[in-house]
Amino acid sequence: MKIVLKNLTKVFEGRRKKDPDVTAVNNFNFEIPDGKLVALLGPSGCGKSTTLNLISGLEEPTSGQIFFDDEDVTNVPPENRGIGLVFQNYALYPHLTVLQNIIFPLQNLKGEERLSMDEMKRKAKDVAKLVQIEDLMDRRPKELSGGQQQRVAIARALIKNPRVLLLDEPLSNLDARLRLRTREEIRRIQRETGITTVFVTHDQEEAMSIADELILMENGVINQIGAPQTVYDEPANLFVAQFLGNPKINVLRGFVQNEKLIIRDEVFMEMKNTPDKDLFVAIRPEGFVIDENGTLTCNVRNIETTGRDTSIVATHDASLEENIRVIISSDEARGIEKGPIKFSYKENKMFLFELSGERILL
Amino acid sequence: MKKRIKAADVRGWLFLLPSLLFLAAFFIYPMVDVLVYSFEEQFNFASQTYTGVGFYNFNYVLHDPYFVQALKNTFILVIITVPVSTCIAILIARCISSIKKLREFYQTIYFLPYVTNTLALGLVFMILFKKTAYSDGMINLLINAFGGQSVDFIDGPYWAKILVMSIYTIWVVLPFKILILTSAMASVNEDYYKAAKIDGTSSARIFFKITLPMISPMIFYLVITGFIGAFKAYSDEVALFGTDLNGAGMNTLVGYIYDMLYGDSGGYPSYASAAALILFTIIFTITCINLTVSRKKAVY
Repeated sequence: MKIVLKNLTKVFEGRRKKDPDVTAVNNFNFEIPDGKLVALLGPSGCGKSTTLNLISGLEEPTSGQIFFDDEDVTNVPPENRGIGLVFQNYALYPHLTVLQNIIFPLQNLKGEERLSMDEMKRKAKDVAKLVQIEDLMDRRPKELSGGQQQRVAIARALIKNPRVLLLDEPLSNLDARLRLRTREEIRRIQRETGITTVFVTHDQEEAMSIADELILMENGVINQIGAPQTVYDEPANLFVAQFLGNPKINVLRGFVQNEKLIIRDEVFMEMKNTPDKDLFVAIRPEGFVIDENGTLTCNVRNIETTGRDTSIVATHDASLEENIRVIISSDEARGIEKGPIKFSYKENKMFLFELSGERILL
Repeated sequence: MKKRIKAADVRGWLFLLPSLLFLAAFFIYPMVDVLVYSFEEQFNFASQTYTGVGFYNFNYVLHDPYFVQALKNTFILVIITVPVSTCIAILIARCISSIKKLREFYQTIYFLPYVTNTLALGLVFMILFKKTAYSDGMINLLINAFGGQSVDFIDGPYWAKILVMSIYTIWVVLPFKILILTSAMASVNEDYYKAAKIDGTSSARIFFKITLPMISPMIFYLVITGFIGAFKAYSDEVALFGTDLNGAGMNTLVGYIYDMLYGDSGGYPSYASAAALILFTIIFTITCINLTVSRKKAVY
């Protein structure tokens, strides 16, 4: 089932009268296609959890509408929307066993929908199998590891066959290794069930690796929507370019003079038909090429070898950050020493932005 | 094999020494003393002499009609007030938790009896319940308004006196319980309620299946301290019925012990000690039962 948000806005009033109102979600318009896994990505406080709460119905929008397929669910209470929600801290009931936790939603059903205990147990067994926790049914949450608790939470969210699965920072309470495994697990469960899934995270790597589509947010505004690789390769603005990619993209100050783009005192490239102005030059760490005829001279401070790749830490006066990070294959890096070095760049890894952050397309 | 005493151990005990000394002087010594008193027969306080050692004091106390009356009163008080006050406190705390506006106002109102003096509260209850030559009291006026007969709550039938005593005790212990339970409810993670809401859980089921279990450790704490407090009741009864509790037939165990020591019939530390030990045994047993039950029930 697809989810459509139309002009969705959520404004939180200031706690006291004189406090300013906070617009957590500002005029959102997007469509989450049926059966896809979509990541809401952005830094803390950008409104991604609020967006999730609006979709779940836990928060009411200030204005705008939410559709599940063609059904307007804007005023439908959460329990009637057919959603499953997994919380960051899992919110498993500590006094109930895994089985009791999983069937808790089923026990709320009344009248004709009510299932017999055997049916509930059978259903619980099915989802438990899906998330691979069949052996843990009689344990209590505190007797489980973080990853197992996570699976129980997903099982509880799935037991009513929801139309939409919502995951709020589901991996942030897990350690690094478990996070990697669990995110593959979530991907697998999503593929097997085919449920439209919305995944909230502030971790760009997590979002890139798991999602069919990214929705990148900042301060309640959508910056870019698209497939992870597309967003990475064609960032719409400086924020998106900086947010995606690890190590971060390198940003340098430059200016155009007489149709030439100059960084510090070097002509970096030709820019035909461009008026004189200041701008930002952003180059991905993997976008550098060591080249004697290169147009960017940096000063190498440190060389870190990780085996396959070599990471060069260099400085440049025009850089926004203290260091410039360059990643090249170890073969190419052979013989590099500290001191000045010349780079050229790969065209598809270099982007130009206005000072306002807007992308300059060449 | 000799164990070497570590310097760290000695230092630890040294740090504990001041509190151990205080504990010994004001807690352990009196306890032992009470135990000794309770077995000394025909102890004379003035001459500090006794005729023998044995169980006579316990035998006397257990056959003293005043003690039996006090035991009965205390038990009735405990059995009525602890469950009733805990249930009412849970209800009120639940209501306070569910309102947003005026929450602090209500919290303050409900907490007021806690900071008010017992005797002042007793005075208020007198006005409500006492029958005098001039007035039958507020409650009787109400009963009359509905066509009932006046009841003398303070000097009248036993059930009426127990009723007033129970209402008074419940009212006095409520504020603390409400305070503890409201903060316990406030500390339950919001996400549990959100999860329950999404699953379409009815508010009754949320209350019984989520809120109550989550605050159950606090409830058990209140029940245990409630039992202990009710067994030690005394001042509340004085506030309501005056100092001659035996005369009013409303004495409690602690009241009996006090009377044996200092009352008009007092000067018998041996009887008082025996009664105190009996009270201690009762409280100890019930607390043990409570703890066992709560360990089994409060699972997290």
